Amino acid sequence: MHLAYPAVLAALLFCTGLYGVLARRNAILVLMSVELMLNAVNLNLVAFDIWLSKTARDTLHSGQALTLFTIAIAAAEIGIGLAIVLAVYRNRGTSDIDKLRDTAEGPDSGAPAAEKAEATA
Amino acid sequence: MTTTTLAVLVPLLPFLGSAAGLLLGRTAPGFVRPLAVLPTLAALGLAVLVAVRQGGGQAVNAATELTPTGSVPIELALHIDGFAALVAVLVGLVASCVQIYSTGYLRDDPRYPSYAALVSLFTSAMLLVVYSGDLIVLLVGWEIMGICSYFLVGHYWETPEARAASIKAFLVTKLGDVPFLIGLFALATDAGSFRITKVLGTVTSGGLHHPTLVALLLLAGVAGKSAQFPLHTWLPDAMAGPTPVSALIHAATMVAAGVYFIARLLPVFQASSVAMVVLAVMAAVTMAGSALAALAQDDIKRVLAYSTIGQLGYMTGALAVGDRGAAVFHLLSHGAFKALLFLAAGVIIHASGTNSLAAMSRMKDLRARVPDAYWTMTVALLALAAIPPFSGFFSKEAVLGAAEHVATGHTEHAPGAAGWIVLVAGLLTAVLTAAYATRLWLLAFRGRGAEAPDHGRQPLTMTVTLWVLAVPSLAFGLAYGPLPDWFDDRDLTPVLTTSVLGTGLALVGGIVTYGAWRHTTAMAARVPLGAVAAHPEGDAGLVEAEAIASHAPAYGNVASAPDPADPGRLLLGPLHRHAAVGFHLDAVYATLFVRPVQGAAAVVRFLDREVVDTYVRGAGALPRWLGAAVRRAQTGNVQTYVSALLAGTVVLVVAALLVATGA
Repeated sequence: MHLAYPAVLAALLFCTGLYGVLARRNAILVLMSVELMLNAVNLNLVAFDIWLSKTARDTLHSGQALTLFTIAIAAAEIGIGLAIVLAVYRNRGTSDIDKLRDTAEGPDSGAPAAEKAEATA
Repeated sequence: MTTTTLAVLVPLLPFLGSAAGLLLGRTAPGFVRPLAVLPTLAALGLAVLVAVRQGGGQAVNAATELTPTGSVPIELALHIDGFAALVAVLVGLVASCVQIYSTGYLRDDPRYPSYAALVSLFTSAMLLVVYSGDLIVLLVGWEIMGICSYFLVGHYWETPEARAASIKAFLVTKLGDVPFLIGLFALATDAGSFRITKVLGTVTSGGLHHPTLVALLLLAGVAGKSAQFPLHTWLPDAMAGPTPVSALIHAATMVAAGVYFIARLLPVFQASSVAMVVLAVMAAVTMAGSALAALAQDDIKRVLAYSTIGQLGYMTGALAVGDRGAAVFHLLSHGAFKALLFLAAGVIIHASGTNSLAAMSRMKDLRARVPDAYWTMTVALLALAAIPPFSGFFSKEAVLGAAEHVATGHTEHAPGAAGWIVLVAGLLTAVLTAAYATRLWLLAFRGRGAEAPDHGRQPLTMTVTLWVLAVPSLAFGLAYGPLPDWFDDRDLTPVLTTSVLGTGLALVGGIVTYGAWRHTTAMAARVPLGAVAAHPEGDAGLVEAEAIASHAPAYGNVASAPDPADPGRLLLGPLHRHAAVGFHLDAVYATLFVRPVQGAAAVVRFLDREVVDTYVRGAGALPRWLGAAVRRAQTGNVQTYVSALLAGTVVLVVAALLVATGA
């Protein structure tokens, strides 16, 4: 199989993920998009590992090994991410990223505090 | 041990005691009292031994140079002649008495350890000044005394009076010490050495280039230390310190250091007749002015402080007529009886709960409460008023005799004008001295009105020291016979003319004051007055601190009281108002020095706040505006941030590709 197929597929996956991260408002969908981007990278890693081992320049399959690490770390990351989203949802009643603007630097620094107080109430 | 070793130990022992006291004060409170008293007593014993071995004969000289110090060598030198030996004995005696007295006086004081250590350090510094044969070593002791005085005047630092007084004492004496230092350098440059013997040798051989300038510069330091006009204003205020400190530092020893210094370097001053006349005028103004001021004071310790200034005036007067034997004779007898007066005043303040003479004059039977203080103070006041046969009579007559000797033109070593100035001022002061001594005695011990409060017996340590000091006050005058052997071999026997004149004038002063008192005492009952300490059962130090702090609120100011029954008010008439505030010298200093300095400080503050700070604020404004602009980009929306990150990455990638392809 030519290298172009997995590479194009990975690029499409990555772009879909990027679009999701930038455009989606639901935090869970943003996390899912992040997973898409990670998997696009995994696909690239595996594909190039095969391509390099064919030319006998890499016999250790370090690309595939790295993919395993990425999967493990992605699992941990998504676990923490979902836990945070759940905690935020329980606390605020929403997981809309557009409404989570506590770190905003406004001309009146009292506004976020008031917003937060409103949210906790 | 050789005399030199003994002499080195004399200042060293109190110093070690002081260091140990400062180190162990907190950890081992039980050792504080022995560490304060025993080294001082040992120093006294050794000083007596040194005096006996020296015996007024050939001066003991010893010197060692620790390290080369550049052009003019500085040596650790001793120069013990008869003056040094006897003054050291006086210092040791008064310091021992004061240390013993303090164990009773400040027995409940939480700061007693540091207090006792500072008194020991002071004693050591004074002994160093007395024995030193090198002017720089002398200066070291001189300055240590100054800083000890600062700390001890401020012992009751909770009261604003004590804080202000300690700073004032320090600044005024330093004002004199700066010219003093320059004078020492000028002297050493001419002599090529700081050794006193070599300096005196240079003076005898006429090697001093600017005797008048040097003498006047040195005189400034002496005026500051010995509280002579016009730098005397710190001494009355220094009475805000504890009474034992006033007795040791501000009456018997430190203030005498200036006189002692001139006595050591008298040939330097004699080389300039201008300096001698300036000295005489200074002594005369000091004597007469302080005696008038003493007559108007209400605080018993301030009376004694002005009296000290006046008696120091007698000593400088004796020096102005070139008779250092008489000066040091008066220094010794005055040291004993003035220390006694202060210590007795401390007992009286403790017993009566007030330091105000006006309040004491409304207490009946105060003398029955403190019989020891009553009798010893009577002795000391008689000595102060120069009534024969007490010690003050002989020493003061020696001064007046020397002045008369010079005034009538018998000697070449001092200008005749100086003699007349000192003689006239001395006789005038004799009247006033007797007057304020009588006033003090009558007001303190012959009061009428309510019964004096009874707080039980005074501590034994406080009363015994009074009697110890009463012995020299009573009998030291008889030493006029053997003393010339120790001094310059000049006769100190009272001269008939001045004796009769001086004693007569003293009697006149006393009788006039008694008459005035009889006249005014009826008024005392009609004008009730008096405030006593809030904690009469506390130790004497606490009572005194409260008495000092309450004087201004109770009587209007720290110096005088609105008491129409005061004989001093009747005697001084319209002058009383001015005498009570020390002839407005403080106000003059406030106008001349304090206000300009405060004005300059205000200008500097304005420059700092309004000019310098404007530039600093301006420099900060631009970064602040830029920061505000950048902060606006921070919306809190994570997706915006990621978009910006993506855009940045894309730009970087494109740039990297362009560079890589070489486009």
